[in-house]
Amino acid sequence: MTLPGWLQAIALFSLVAATTKPIGLYMARVFQGERTWLSPVLRPLERAVYRLCGVDEALEMPWQTYTLAMLAFSAVGFVWLYVLLRTQAWLPFNPQRFPNLPPALAWNTAVSFLTNTNWQFYAGESTMSYLSQMAGLAWHNFVSAATGLAIAIALIRGIARTACKTIGNFWVDLIRACLYVLLPVSCVFAIVLVAQGVPQNFSPYRSVRTVEGYRQTITGGPMASQESIKELGTNGGGFVNANSASPNENPTPVSNFLEMFAILAFAAGLTYTYGYMVKDTRQGWALFAAMFALLAVGFSATYWAESVGNPIVHHLGIAGGNMEGKECRFGVAGSALFATVTTATSCGAVNSMLDSFMPLGGLVPLVNMQLGEVAFGGVGSGLYGMIVFVVITVFIAGLMVGRTPEFLGKKIERREVQLALLALLVTPLLVLVPTAIAVLQPQGLAALGNGGPHGFSEILYAFSSTNANNGSAFGGLGSNLFYDVATGINMLLGRFLVAIPVLALAGSLAAKKAVAPGVGSFSTSSAMFVGLLLSTIAIVGALTFLPADALGPVADHLFVFQGKTF
Amino acid sequence: MIRQFGTAVRITILSIALLGFAYPLGITAIARLVFPWQADGSYLKVKGRVVGSAIIGQRWTQPQYFHGRPSAAGKEGYDPTATGGTNYGPASKNLVASTKAAIAAVRAENPRAGGMPPMDLVTTSGSGIDPDISPAAAYYQAARVAAARKIPLGTVRALIFAYERHRTIGILGEPRVNVLELNLALDRTLSPR
Repeated sequence: MTLPGWLQAIALFSLVAATTKPIGLYMARVFQGERTWLSPVLRPLERAVYRLCGVDEALEMPWQTYTLAMLAFSAVGFVWLYVLLRTQAWLPFNPQRFPNLPPALAWNTAVSFLTNTNWQFYAGESTMSYLSQMAGLAWHNFVSAATGLAIAIALIRGIARTACKTIGNFWVDLIRACLYVLLPVSCVFAIVLVAQGVPQNFSPYRSVRTVEGYRQTITGGPMASQESIKELGTNGGGFVNANSASPNENPTPVSNFLEMFAILAFAAGLTYTYGYMVKDTRQGWALFAAMFALLAVGFSATYWAESVGNPIVHHLGIAGGNMEGKECRFGVAGSALFATVTTATSCGAVNSMLDSFMPLGGLVPLVNMQLGEVAFGGVGSGLYGMIVFVVITVFIAGLMVGRTPEFLGKKIERREVQLALLALLVTPLLVLVPTAIAVLQPQGLAALGNGGPHGFSEILYAFSSTNANNGSAFGGLGSNLFYDVATGINMLLGRFLVAIPVLALAGSLAAKKAVAPGVGSFSTSSAMFVGLLLSTIAIVGALTFLPADALGPVADHLFVFQGKTF
Repeated sequence: MIRQFGTAVRITILSIALLGFAYPLGITAIARLVFPWQADGSYLKVKGRVVGSAIIGQRWTQPQYFHGRPSAAGKEGYDPTATGGTNYGPASKNLVASTKAAIAAVRAENPRAGGMPPMDLVTTSGSGIDPDISPAAAYYQAARVAAARKIPLGTVRALIFAYERHRTIGILGEPRVNVLELNLALDRTLSPR
């Protein structure tokens, strides 16, 4: 571990902390329909969209309609991407003449991008036409993030409102998230990425003769425009197979730093949006503190594990931290930080190969996802995931002192706890059961890239990642029909079996009357609450996943340090 | 129900036009205007002939050039159309075999180097097209390059020192040397006699 390595992380965390308030305030204004400094340009465009799409801006929806609109939009988006991938060979912007995708892969990919997962069973540079990349995948990067943001805003409204039947208008939230939040920042960031060296063109791949006379085919495409929204929307689907490890997507330490910031920026800002909209900014900062603690601990552990390096390689006479699967310009520190950030959020972009991380270095990303990606989390999904934990914590705290739990002046009753638990129990169900099925399947084992406990980790990681809609992978795991179908189902359920209870929770909270806080009310912005919240997350995560993680990364760690190979 | 689907279809079409077409095409237009060289792919030319991209590593085998890291991209390595790493786990037999092979190859190429090679020179990069090596990996090869070019070792070491890239603002990334840039500088300033 080096001083610059730590300072790089501290610089990132400081920048995120400094921008949380301005970004959060801006988003609160946008979603409350107030004027922002971009309104002179965007307001006419926004109104035009409403007119063309027949959206009544003033119409508010009850949670059932909001959910229905969200599901309808997701269904249409799925059909569009599936059809596009199945017909790309006959469509323009395909200079490499890539063929249509086979059905199973098209299904898996369409679900993957629709759910903001961006799990990739394909290599972009040898599979996807430029049209599929920009109008299919990058478009989903915008709207799936905007959908997450809309759901989070609806939940915040549910908490902030009293005795109210509605939680907002899905179409208005979706369009505002795209136009005011994601698009402007994405434009600026894309140009910055080009300045750093990320290509942005529509040229066919170019064959060059290298200095020593070898043939090398250099890839191109509209990479910068896709890279920027891929990080900002916590999507993570690489334009090329190596994702942000490729110098095409992430050419310099500066681009690496900015990409990590982009992954965290909106999710962190949303904590302030939350505090602002419920009219108590300390509530937002309490969540920020809890998320920040998880991120800092995760980074420290990964950085330590990767810096110690691989004793099996040391035994061959080579000293130093683990550099297998890592890039020279990022090194151990830049790779460990990126891996932590990308799995603490629902991004899943990678700038190094997680499969080649040390067992404990890879355990941190795995645990991050199993905890539900709440250390800032995905754009929107992080906040609503954390609020589910808040409801559970309030409930447990209420049980401990024997009072009806209250949360921001609302009684937390049976229905709220049921909905929160439903959202919470989806994770263990969709991670552990499919993993168990996979290890009993010949097809489940045939796709493994590594033997021993590390092979088990690959399966566990795949289902943790797809359930949490992360999309990062232990990339040694190959694709086959079983995984195409199973991870696809897992991504769909992982997204909507959380989103729907969350919207129901929003509706249920919005309808409640406010109760005046009494002397016995438990503050949800105190340091004690943050501690309780973190304990709840740790206990739920540990009780659920400790046995499985012990069979994978922990066993792997013990074998590596005994020098046993597979 | 029908109404929501109708709205969904219309918003999908409109947002594809805006976010799926206008956005990437607009960014391309601006990028070509402001940063045309980067937007095109950062191509480098020698005597009018394109020899590669400044950001993409390439394959090196001749002794008078510095070599990059082992690569898992494509059959021969350094294929930008097949990027990726080995994905070997830390306890993988394949990892041990490939690292052993890399150590043997690097040591055989650099008999004068003395000592074991640095970590990055015997491990595979994440992208398979890593354009850089660590400064230590460059210095490890300096004696071989100097001997192949019949020039003093000090001259080669001075060139590495001159082309070393430092951490941005002292904290971002790691010190490194861009192999293509260094080799082109070698050819320019220290042609083989």
